[in-house]
Amino acid sequence: MLGEGILKGMAETARNFVGSFVSKERLTTVEYPEERIAAIENARVFPFLVYDTADWEAGLRCVACQICEKECPPKCIFIDKSKDKKPDAIGKQQFYPTRFDIDISVCMSCQICVEVCPFEAIKMDNEFELATDDRFGGLLLDRKQLAKPNEYYHQIHPTEAAAVDARLAEEKAKADAKAKGAADAAAAKAAAVLAAKPEGAGD
Amino acid sequence: MTTTSTAFLREKMEEGWNRPPVIAPEGEGELLEIAMGPHHPSTHGVFRMDLALDGERVVRLKPVFGYLHRNHEKIAEQISYLASMPYTDRLDYICSLTNNWAYALAVEKLTGQEVPERAEYIRVILAEFTRIQNHASAIGFLIQEMGASGTPLMYAFKEREKILDLFETLTGSRMMCNYMRFGGCRVDVSAAWLEEARKVVAGLPRFIDEFENLLSGNEILMARCQGVGILRPELAVNAGITGPMLRGSGVNYDIRKVDHYGIYDRFKFRVPLGDHGDVYDRYMVRILEMRESITILNQALKEIPGGPVMDPKAKIRGFRPKPGEAYGRIEAPKGELGFYLISDGGPNPYRYRVRPPSLVNLTVLEDMCLGSDVADVVLIFGSVDIVLGEVDR
Amino acid sequence: MITTMDQIFVLLQHWIVGFLPAFVQPFAAVLLSVVVIICLFPALFALAVWMERKGLGRMQNRLGPNRVGPFGLLQPIADGIKSLTKEDIVPLSADTPVHFLAPLLLVVAAFMGFAVLPMGRNMVLVDMDAGLLFFFAMGASTEVSVFMAGWSSRNKYSLLGAMRAVAQMISYEVVLLLSSVAVVMISGSMSLTKIVEAQNHYTWGMPHWYIFTPWGLAGFVMYAIAATAETNRSPFDLPEGESELVAGYHTEYSGFKFALFFLGEYLAMFSISGLGTTLFLGGWSAPFAFLEWVPSWIWFFSKLMMSIFVFIWMRGTLPRLRQDQLMNFAWKFVLPFTLLNLMVTALWRFMGEGWERWVVCSAILAVVWVVMGRVEMRSEHFGPRSYRYAE
Repeated sequence: MLGEGILKGMAETARNFVGSFVSKERLTTVEYPEERIAAIENARVFPFLVYDTADWEAGLRCVACQICEKECPPKCIFIDKSKDKKPDAIGKQQFYPTRFDIDISVCMSCQICVEVCPFEAIKMDNEFELATDDRFGGLLLDRKQLAKPNEYYHQIHPTEAAAVDARLAEEKAKADAKAKGAADAAAAKAAAVLAAKPEGAGD
Repeated sequence: MTTTSTAFLREKMEEGWNRPPVIAPEGEGELLEIAMGPHHPSTHGVFRMDLALDGERVVRLKPVFGYLHRNHEKIAEQISYLASMPYTDRLDYICSLTNNWAYALAVEKLTGQEVPERAEYIRVILAEFTRIQNHASAIGFLIQEMGASGTPLMYAFKEREKILDLFETLTGSRMMCNYMRFGGCRVDVSAAWLEEARKVVAGLPRFIDEFENLLSGNEILMARCQGVGILRPELAVNAGITGPMLRGSGVNYDIRKVDHYGIYDRFKFRVPLGDHGDVYDRYMVRILEMRESITILNQALKEIPGGPVMDPKAKIRGFRPKPGEAYGRIEAPKGELGFYLISDGGPNPYRYRVRPPSLVNLTVLEDMCLGSDVADVVLIFGSVDIVLGEVDR
Repeated sequence: MITTMDQIFVLLQHWIVGFLPAFVQPFAAVLLSVVVIICLFPALFALAVWMERKGLGRMQNRLGPNRVGPFGLLQPIADGIKSLTKEDIVPLSADTPVHFLAPLLLVVAAFMGFAVLPMGRNMVLVDMDAGLLFFFAMGASTEVSVFMAGWSSRNKYSLLGAMRAVAQMISYEVVLLLSSVAVVMISGSMSLTKIVEAQNHYTWGMPHWYIFTPWGLAGFVMYAIAATAETNRSPFDLPEGESELVAGYHTEYSGFKFALFFLGEYLAMFSISGLGTTLFLGGWSAPFAFLEWVPSWIWFFSKLMMSIFVFIWMRGTLPRLRQDQLMNFAWKFVLPFTLLNLMVTALWRFMGEGWERWVVCSAILAVVWVVMGRVEMRSEHFGPRSYRYAE
């Protein structure tokens, strides 16, 4: 019958109209900014630098290896390496970045910098309300703005942060064991030399 | 001598600009030339069509594009293979995961890498989700242009939100996923994600039923879409059309069945075909393909095995394939998406070429639109289902 | 008390006019009613605009506007202020007097239609013997303004839009008239008050509204289709189709003149719905005998707002028809069916009281509808299809 399909369509719309007053499923609006959807754990927006201790400069994990700068597709990371070295989390002397800028107006949130970093120093943040009206540098984030503590990382990506911490702890344990083994071997060698000396001196 | 612009225009008017427009009766007189776009509510992005009309009939149609050209292929020659992967997301920006897969496939052909089984299953699941959300939005936009004030579009977007939430949970981003890698996938899926995916798939058949209730029997839709924009199968094959446009004209060519890429051979699914090649057939083929995707998803989500998701020998950095060339193609939701790579042994490709399905499908736009009304041009253009990011790269 | 509520506006009018000297009283009474109508219907227009946006939003699973005022009720006021503060751009080569007068004419012609609508018991502005005729004469004037708008803009798109709109409106005007003629045949008069009074009787609690008769139902459906086309609403809104040729005949209008076109369209919607209510839905009469205590003007306005809601509902669901399909539909389907309806009405009258006339008339109309529907769809080569799968 002519008009049957039209009536079926109108019944469908009516069902949605009535349903929007009764069920949440038929009214999916979230009125931002008063209401917000809970952030999904894995969401990524722009990178940030992780630091471990209370001092953001000393505890910065980044050693200025510049791998992320090379691999970044739109080339939005700018790093200047330092001339001197400072000890890192496991005690090894490393360089550090004197300048670490990310231009977030260019960054495409691809996460490749995170993937290639060997030191778990750069991770993805999920803050997106970064609009500014300063167009000549308001979107160029420098080292201080990018540095955020490890506790913050745990807050936004708990599972990932736990895995990273486990990995770092494992590496530290291995480095400690190696250092301990080396120290033991050196001490044993020194003791052997010391023990061998009086015999040789008695000649 | 005139001083102000108003006075200047008035002078021109006296000279004879002041004539009412002429609408030529059929068969004689001037043609009405209109440019539809690039700012137009119905072109899917910045796209221009130069139409020449005789009354209401289209006599000539020239598509003009390039407004979104972003030098994708040239950029790819300057950066490494891995760094091109996020750029492929932005080709067909609605279906980023299938773009990733096509590129990963091309590179895997170039280097001969193996992909673990779990990664293949994940790829299939994500590709079918992408197909569903692409077809839903394509149909929604088509109906919106027909004037139903966006109601089916809103329903389609409601479902699409659920799928995009799945993508965000897995890859970190709703649309620019950057998830496939050469030799597998970037991260593994968790059991919780698979459970969520099964829930979403369980809700999809009801959505498609509601969609069809609203639309398929609607007499106005049938009157607008049937017999409009007919594409003959010979022309389609000769012009290189692929995807739902080709199958709507009745040609049985689905790259998932032809190339047997990935593990599609393990899934039982059918390929719907249309008989007339008009806008209604393409619309129905898309709906039926959505249903077939649900079948594939059900099978894949049930059978997914354990194991690694990345080839352990795969390198992320310092990736230098041996010199050679490869062409990798998949059945993207819009058609055949292919990547042609020539490597000269360096870290960047020597030549990187994208075969975009939208661009090739657009070449027959004039043939389909000749002789139809202006109102139909909008519909036919919507049924081709293009994304300007792909057309212009 | 109940009659007081029902007649409260009439009593108020008499009371106010009573303060004035006797020779001024008739003019003052009419002037008062006119002022009330001019204030009331634009307020209803604001309400209808709000209903439309919220209604469409809810159908599309979203909230409509809800920031301006509680539930967005002040949104029409915000829209009005916006359109008043926009720059009024007139194209240089436009025909300025005509360009200026077109929206005015539309609004004036739309307002004139309210003069003959009975909005309650004894609440009609002018009780003409040929009220229906007057209404249609005024309705036809709206078409002139549409064409004036398109022509004076000196713009290809506007002209195309205007020509389409006028062709559409003229075609459906015929249908509108013929479906009303059926009502005139049965009620025996063209005066709208008499038509409502003829429907104000009850049998077993059910009202004698003409929509509850077979010919009335068919007539109402045809009237509704024609009314949607007359007011350029979905699914017949190609002349103002946004995705086709920008805004059709009102492309070159901005600011308050555009708002006047919008107002005129909604006023035309109100007056046509008002007429449809009067002719087929019983005007101000209550649906059941036991509900007669509710004032008559409440019934009239509720039926009016229900019709507006149905317009909004159709807009949210149906895609647009193409111009030639629209015209085909009018001349090849709707008009013949309306003529048949006239004959069935005559048959109804001829057969006299009894159950036979119900059966015969319903059967004729139903069979012809189904058959004509099939023929129409087959001749236009459209219909449901089935699809095959590749092997």
